[in-house]
Amino acid sequence: MRRRDALKGGLVLLATSTLASIYKPAYSKTLVGGSGAWKAQPPPPLSVVDSSRLVYLTQDEAKLVGTVFDVLIPADELGMGATEAGCVTFLDHQLAGPFGSAAKDYKLGPVVEGTPQQGPQSIATPAEIYRKGLAELNTVTRKKFDKAFPDLSEDQKVAFLEGMEAGTIQFETVKAKDFFTLLLQNVREGYLADPMYGGNRDMVGWKLVGFPGAVYDYRDWIVSKRGKKIDVQPVSLLRTT
Amino acid sequence: MHYKRPKADVVIVGLGWAGSTMAEELTRAGLNVVAIERGAWRDTSTSFPTTRNPDELSGSIRKDILQAPVTETYTVRNRPGETALPLRKYHNLTLGNNVGGAGTHWAGASWRWQSFDHQPYSRVMERYGAKQLVDGLILQDWGASYHDLEPFYDRFEKIAGTSGTAGVINGVKQPGGNPFEDSRTSPYPTPALERTRANILFSEATTRMGYSPFPVPSAMIGGPYTNALGINLAPCTYCGYCQLYGCGNWSKSSPNICILPVLMQRPNFTVVTESEVVRINTTADKKMATGVTFVDSDGNIGEQPADIVITATFTLDNTRLLLLSGISTPYDVNTGQGVVGRAFTFQTLSWAFMFFENEYLNPFMNTGALATQIDDFNGDNFDHTGLGFIGGAGIQSLCNQGLPIGMSGLVPEGSPRWGKGWKKAFQKSYQNYAQIQGQGTNFAHREQFMDLDPTYKDRFGQPLLRITYDYNENDRRSGRFIRDKCVEIAKEMGAREIKGVSLADDPYSGYTPWDSSHVQGGVVMGEDPRTSVQNRYQQNWDVPNLFVIGASSFPNNAGYNPTVAVGATTLWTAKAIKDLYLKNPGPLVRL
Ligand SMILES: Cc1cc2nc3c(=O)[nH]c(=O)nc-3n(C[C@H](O)[C@H](O)[C@H](O)COP(=O)(O)OP(=O)(O)OC[C@H]3O[C@@H](n4cnc5c(N)ncnc54)[C@H](O)[C@@H]3O)c2cc1C
Ligand code: SF4
Repeated sequence: MRRRDALKGGLVLLATSTLASIYKPAYSKTLVGGSGAWKAQPPPPLSVVDSSRLVYLTQDEAKLVGTVFDVLIPADELGMGATEAGCVTFLDHQLAGPFGSAAKDYKLGPVVEGTPQQGPQSIATPAEIYRKGLAELNTVTRKKFDKAFPDLSEDQKVAFLEGMEAGTIQFETVKAKDFFTLLLQNVREGYLADPMYGGNRDMVGWKLVGFPGAVYDYRDWIVSKRGKKIDVQPVSLLRTT
Repeated sequence: MHYKRPKADVVIVGLGWAGSTMAEELTRAGLNVVAIERGAWRDTSTSFPTTRNPDELSGSIRKDILQAPVTETYTVRNRPGETALPLRKYHNLTLGNNVGGAGTHWAGASWRWQSFDHQPYSRVMERYGAKQLVDGLILQDWGASYHDLEPFYDRFEKIAGTSGTAGVINGVKQPGGNPFEDSRTSPYPTPALERTRANILFSEATTRMGYSPFPVPSAMIGGPYTNALGINLAPCTYCGYCQLYGCGNWSKSSPNICILPVLMQRPNFTVVTESEVVRINTTADKKMATGVTFVDSDGNIGEQPADIVITATFTLDNTRLLLLSGISTPYDVNTGQGVVGRAFTFQTLSWAFMFFENEYLNPFMNTGALATQIDDFNGDNFDHTGLGFIGGAGIQSLCNQGLPIGMSGLVPEGSPRWGKGWKKAFQKSYQNYAQIQGQGTNFAHREQFMDLDPTYKDRFGQPLLRITYDYNENDRRSGRFIRDKCVEIAKEMGAREIKGVSLADDPYSGYTPWDSSHVQGGVVMGEDPRTSVQNRYQQNWDVPNLFVIGASSFPNNAGYNPTVAVGATTLWTAKAIKDLYLKNPGPLVRL
């Protein structure tokens, strides 16, 4: 008695069936008015990332990416540099999670390059791009300067990264320009995201710009502090200072 | 496994603003309503607890709250003849993926559209004639006027608790409001919020220039308020985690705080969550809808039979569902015949980005829609003779952004993007950056449309929706005109550095920074079945027990955000179903 009906796209659906009508397999997600059972799951408890061990990057990769990060956000009179602020720990945990595996991306084929307007078509994940890009970074600098990236002078490091950013330096396994974009995006995120993600130590990024952090109610200030400097110790979600 | 649920009076697909508003009306009228929603249940107190602040990384950066491309995406190309490719990563359309839809994380600018926006064809013909229209432009009236919709605008504002300063009440101009607004029957339910420093600089400058600034009406509740359904809403705290976040404070109007708490008390309402409708079922002759088929989160296939089918899945999925179900005639770009997917519009945005010198703009104190606007160049509020375009934009000082990752790239052109130079520039820019947005009209064109993609499929193997879109000449011209106005105002505000852009100068892309999430049309309402899918009551011309509601019904986009117009047209259709259709099921408009 199973009358099947195939949709154009290949999805097989049963049109009308007497057999199946008594089953309600999704019942737990069916909410009936007045039944009161319609609370959502509370968000998962907060936790600080554990900076004592690496979860995706190797020791060598972590050190190398730290040198790059410290060129992008160096230590100076305005605050500590990226590595000291925890940006490598931040990155390591991001790469081990859904961001690293591009879990939310559409990855079905065919994969073809399009116009710039059509946006990125590559299905390479950030975790893969870092693995390949970091491996190739030293290879390319060795060819060019006969030195690994960390051994270059500060000026050479800057010039090299500028070349990646501008697309004048190319890698073979990843697009150097896209890799640079990812590095810059992630180091900024690590420097400015809530410290519970492993970076922004002592809320250094927030102090840099005067962002008060996780403050909930500004009604007292919206008029009284309009156009005025607000001197306040920022707060993190974990209420660490 | 396949299963069939008991028959309902009404099945509603999608439980955002449109679906919830409709469900509330129809359950109150005693009908047995089942809603089917792809996303999960979201409850204000447990999902967005005030005991915990949101954080930027998981919020507006990783975008956990949005419909992920892996769940469903769209293919895009600029013109017919090109191969469309999928939006693989999160893109500008930032769709909702939970009970509440995009209404949970929206920005909350809460506009009534003007009478011009509902009857653009008649108005343009009357004032300028056909010579004002660029080649290929599609312009048509909705079949429902502002006058028809006013009571429903009024009711929707009282559900949402909209804050604002009225401009015209019963024909009488009010101080401080928008002098161009069409007459309202009552003031906004709650007062306008406080202004920021940037808003005030804008107000002062535009007043000196002879324009009429006013606070943008918003979903941010302006004071304690009990809404039309008896739910208590609380004043907004300017917390600044607003657009792309849910509000746990009961301060941002959303289906979750304004409607669902009441709806979920009614035993004649059921919502099936985490279930995606894959098609609308019809009788073999396609003359009546019989229900919908869905796939639940366990991969089971369910069927929900119903006497009335209403889809409220937003513009893109509303169009896609009709195409997948073979209902009404798809638009054919070669012949210009057919209606489903036709009259697709976007938004024309122009900007002036500004950097001041020694300000403390304190950008972190904001809301999704904390803005002061002038409407002197919106819609048909000014004479377009000789300009070569129709429409315009609301021009506003918009303070909706203060989170540091999102602002880390906002340094003046030519400043370093990294290194010590960036740290210095960012430190200064963070307190000195402000923006003027021109939120422009957008008109349909014969080469802008939606259909099914021939190649790319979703996770169930069904074709993705394909969008063919680029700005047309009308919108490029209006975009430049508005950009120049934004820049003039920025100069008058005293900004040190100003950059003006009209996004329509470049081909459309789903990834352009600063672009809009608003898409309209594809299943438009209207007066003629040759140019619309539905009649003036959003009732399908061919299948009288099918109603497709939301911005998919709008054949043009206004220089405003769409949601209050979605609310008003939904309430208008609900009344037509209750008062006319139920008494005499069948076509409500006879030709
Ligand atoms: C970031 C952002 C900011 C915005 N700001 C503003 C603003 O300031 N002012 C304004 O007026 N508007 C704004 N909008 C637009 C506003 O959010 C929408 O107009 C409004 O939410 C539309 O409501 P809707 O019910 O029609 O659709 P949605 O809210 O999109 O709801 C549709 C629902 O249908 C569900 N669905 C889709 N397909 C299926 C399917 N096949 N099966 C089952 N369920 C399905 C979705 O999961 C979703 O929950 C904004 C939108 C975004 C994204
Ligand atoms: S700004 Fe206001 S409305 Fe928006 S999330 Fe914060 S409290 Fe809610």
